[in-house]
Amino acid sequence: MLLINCPYCGERPELEFVHGGQAHIARPGDPAECSDQQWAEYLYRRDNIKGLHGERWRHTHGCGRFFNALRDTTSDVFLATYKVGEQPPTQAQLKGVKA
Amino acid sequence: MRDLSAVRQGPYIAASPLVRPLPPATRLLLRGNSEVMASALGALGLEFVETACRAASASGRSALWLGPDERLLLAPQGQYSEVFELLCAALAGRAHSLVDVSHRQCALEVSGPQAGPLLNCGCPLDLDPAAFPVGMCTRTVLAKAEIVLWRTAERSFHLEVWRSFAPYVSKVLALAARELTP
Ligand SMILES: [Zn+2]
Repeated sequence: MLLINCPYCGERPELEFVHGGQAHIARPGDPAECSDQQWAEYLYRRDNIKGLHGERWRHTHGCGRFFNALRDTTSDVFLATYKVGEQPPTQAQLKGVKA
Repeated sequence: MRDLSAVRQGPYIAASPLVRPLPPATRLLLRGNSEVMASALGALGLEFVETACRAASASGRSALWLGPDERLLLAPQGQYSEVFELLCAALAGRAHSLVDVSHRQCALEVSGPQAGPLLNCGCPLDLDPAAFPVGMCTRTVLAKAEIVLWRTAERSFHLEVWRSFAPYVSKVLALAARELTP
């Protein structure tokens, strides 16, 4: 079974987690100033990356917390997980992690 | 506390040699920051453990770590008012949430040399004592139901199961127990 490293609980089976969509999408500071196009992009436009993807995950059947993850969408390998609010690891930090 | 357990029928628990229902209890779900947790647990005479997935227990009361800002507090049924008053006094004026979930869930005990293998029939966690030591607790899944699993002794587990899931969980365990006990 795929193990996902929850930043709070450690490595846990994937059955306990749910995917929460793309990570690091900032809500526009003033929605009233947005054009319909900009607002629609914020709401609906998501990347469909082949390779390294920043994602939100939630440890639903565990600590219940949301966190962020870097996952390779081709191999399904989680290269890193980190708490919400933390910066994603840099390429240099990821060196040596096997995707 | 209105004692609904006496009026309402308890959930159906399938009989099996390794599983037994535990008596009704006081259950409170506390959410708040670490200061809230420290004073709440202090008021209940429990050690404040910040380590993830660890339970603190003393004289019949327990606090189970469910999340970084979430604890499940367990106490004997008769201590409901006392525990509630202690907590309200300790937490007055602080942002927190305290919810009575005494009747939302019921407790099962799974014990015996086969307790770990039995739970592993439906639970994907590594239940080896090295990976899941005594005192470890967590929300997890058992087959299709969510449970709270707490290892109270090397060969004994405490399960908190939502009332409506209890018949399902106990049947799953009874079925698995048939495979394990010749
Ligand atoms: Zn977790």
